[in-house]
Amino acid sequence: MALFKLTPPFLSGTNRVTDHMLQLLIALIPATIALVYYFGTGVLINIILAVIVALAAETLMLTLRQRPIKPFITDGSAIVTAFLLAVALPPLSPWWLTTVGILFAIIFAKHLYGGLGYNPFNPAMVAYVLLLISFPVEMTSWLPAESLSNSPITLSSAFQLIFTEQLPQHIPIDAISAATPLDMMKTQIGLQQTPDQILHHPVFSLFAGEGWLWVNVWFAIGGLFLIYRKIISWHIPVAFIASLVAISLITWLISPETTASPLFHLFSGGTMIGAFFIATDPVSAATTPKGRLIFGAGIGLLTYIIRVWGGYPDGIAFAVLLMNMLVPLIDYYTQPRVYGAGR
Amino acid sequence: MRQLDSFPGGLVLDGQKQRSTELAIRQAPLSKVLVLPLQQHIGEASIPTVSVGDYVLKGQVIALANGHVSVNLHAPSSGHITAIDDQAIPHPSGLSASCISIETDGKEQWTALSPVEDYQVLSAHDLRQHIRYAGIVGLGGAGFPSFIKLNPGIHHFVDTLILNGVECEPYITCDDMLMRERADGILDGLAIMRHAIKAKTSVIAIEDNKPQAIAAMQAALSQHPIHNDTELVIVPTRYPTGSEKQLIQVLTHQQVPNNKLPIDIGIVMHNVGTAYAIGRAINYGEPLISRIVTITGDNVKNAGNIETLFGSPIRDLLNFCETKWQAPSQLIMGGPMMGYQLSSSYLPITKTANCIISGVDNAAPEPTPMPCIRCGDCATACPVNLLPQQIYWHARAKDLEKTSEYNLFDCIECGCCNYVCPSEIPLVQYFRFAKTETMNQEQERQKSDVARVRHENRQTRQNMEKREKELRQQQRKAALAASQAAKQADKETS
Repeated sequence: MALFKLTPPFLSGTNRVTDHMLQLLIALIPATIALVYYFGTGVLINIILAVIVALAAETLMLTLRQRPIKPFITDGSAIVTAFLLAVALPPLSPWWLTTVGILFAIIFAKHLYGGLGYNPFNPAMVAYVLLLISFPVEMTSWLPAESLSNSPITLSSAFQLIFTEQLPQHIPIDAISAATPLDMMKTQIGLQQTPDQILHHPVFSLFAGEGWLWVNVWFAIGGLFLIYRKIISWHIPVAFIASLVAISLITWLISPETTASPLFHLFSGGTMIGAFFIATDPVSAATTPKGRLIFGAGIGLLTYIIRVWGGYPDGIAFAVLLMNMLVPLIDYYTQPRVYGAGR
Repeated sequence: MRQLDSFPGGLVLDGQKQRSTELAIRQAPLSKVLVLPLQQHIGEASIPTVSVGDYVLKGQVIALANGHVSVNLHAPSSGHITAIDDQAIPHPSGLSASCISIETDGKEQWTALSPVEDYQVLSAHDLRQHIRYAGIVGLGGAGFPSFIKLNPGIHHFVDTLILNGVECEPYITCDDMLMRERADGILDGLAIMRHAIKAKTSVIAIEDNKPQAIAAMQAALSQHPIHNDTELVIVPTRYPTGSEKQLIQVLTHQQVPNNKLPIDIGIVMHNVGTAYAIGRAINYGEPLISRIVTITGDNVKNAGNIETLFGSPIRDLLNFCETKWQAPSQLIMGGPMMGYQLSSSYLPITKTANCIISGVDNAAPEPTPMPCIRCGDCATACPVNLLPQQIYWHARAKDLEKTSEYNLFDCIECGCCNYVCPSEIPLVQYFRFAKTETMNQEQERQKSDVARVRHENRQTRQNMEKREKELRQQQRKAALAASQAAKQADKETS
């Protein structure tokens, strides 16, 4: 016998947390395909491994915390966290790197703070930063886009690399580890090269990194789908991108010899996944419309500062965590004007 | 053409109004026993003027207004008073309250009615008294005594009288049908109201999902003497446009300031049903003894609008409309967004009963809420621009002060946030709880303030008494010493 709601409203919409997460995963598919296309099947292995570990960790924590397993496993939030971290990691990361990251994300960053809805920091980014600080070598060895390599990585050699860390015989080391475009830009500018000269290097195509450009484009398209489906609001991505463009445009206009163009910044590293998928994690982001604009703009600005003047090639994870800290403050001071309130 | 404003958020809901508008308004059969709660309005309960065993005529006063915020109550039909006692009443809490029960004799014998010959020669005050004696309250749902809202007071000047025919809640169609069938009567009432409050202009607002009501009202208006300065405005269908504050915003681009009333910005709003009742009361002398009730829902075979005497058991209406009685099903009084569940089908129809729903399509099952993920859908849906997710967070933590800081008391409990919540959190319940708790605490505080002041006064009084006593003692001592000294002196001299 179905029990009806006892209290109004007796009607309810159809949008559910699970749908929310499902749409997010759908929106990630195009960029994932692009990642596989440019960086090989290692990406897929990472994702599958991450999801399995995440579900196991989620089940373990729910059991320990004596929470119902089914509703929280099926909400999909653990899968989304796993997916986001997996696509942010280098495609041929050793299995233990992914595993440590996911365990930290689910157990420490999520459940020790109270589980879904209670984590002040974005779990995927907490794990990313942990890994970046603890294992800088593994975290920065991205392989070049496959189109640039003479020896593409097959599925079996990806397996071998990820699970045994043994380099297959026919594969030279530079096929699995090279400087990322962001890295290259930063070090070469440090060596007195101009961005225009640097962009002639083969890891670049057009105005950004080979492969990276299109991965970013597909993340952006997935993100636009999310805005269209009203899963995320436009405020954070727009503010993020606008502030990144604004600051990079200013520095670029002042000194085009020593800074990369706004276009380069827009389509490099984790810009688009950051803007549409990471910064928009509702739990840890600001929640008022005005607050979301400030939150997004702050991340854009900090990302640029860390990229250009900081010690790391990309700064999205740090920028997101730093802005996460400010969320309670932002939300409190950006309450919308309520009906009938004085102006 | 009036330029309309809009309010933030709101919902476009499936109206479900078709099924209850297919039949014309029908008269309910006379029930054997009518149970009339003494309080069917906001304010003080009326005081019975009849005793058990009395014979009453249809339209006769059976309870008198008690104090200012109160109205008279009339016998809806002729018959004998069988009881004046506590009975179950339709109320969200399932409470009982004082009621008068009438066993009808089927004769429907009217008391002598005294219609007003020409309302235009009556003073506003006399008109209001007529309306008050006729027992008229807001029929839109709140049940606030209408004569008070027709008294702008000497400091206010009424610019616009708005007649609310929006009826934005799904399922409810009583105003829709009233406008279709009795447009003239509504306009007569509107003219009387305008006379009472001396409004400069009037506006009739109807949602665009009621084309027939709009056409009927337009046709009637073009023939009516008030058509010169009355505008019929078609507003887009969006819940909760029918809410007073939201409709004012849509029509006038103005917002009623916090802690103020519409009259403070020169606006008075009444429901179309109220206008019709006022027209009947003045032009025909008929007191408010019946209303139109929408009987609808999945289980109702002949859904429609029924003109029902107050006090009729809801069960009789449901049977009249051939309702399937099946479990599990719920009875809802009012609309599916803001109504409440009835505890029984034997409860009586009251002045504020606009709709009874048996079987809501896609009724929400009792949810198992997930944690809030702060998606902000609730804030987007809120027509008042609140942050329900933040209020919820603090209400859950019982941090009542914070809920007030986030403007909890501006919440109109429309249920939009609750409807869209992907975690199915019963937000409205949390907000009601926080409001009640805050008010209780405020009352406690006031009580303890009074007690403290009393205690302090008592202490000052006691201190004063003590000081006076000491003073008296000193005086006595001094006097004694003086007299002893005098005695001593006497002795020495003698």
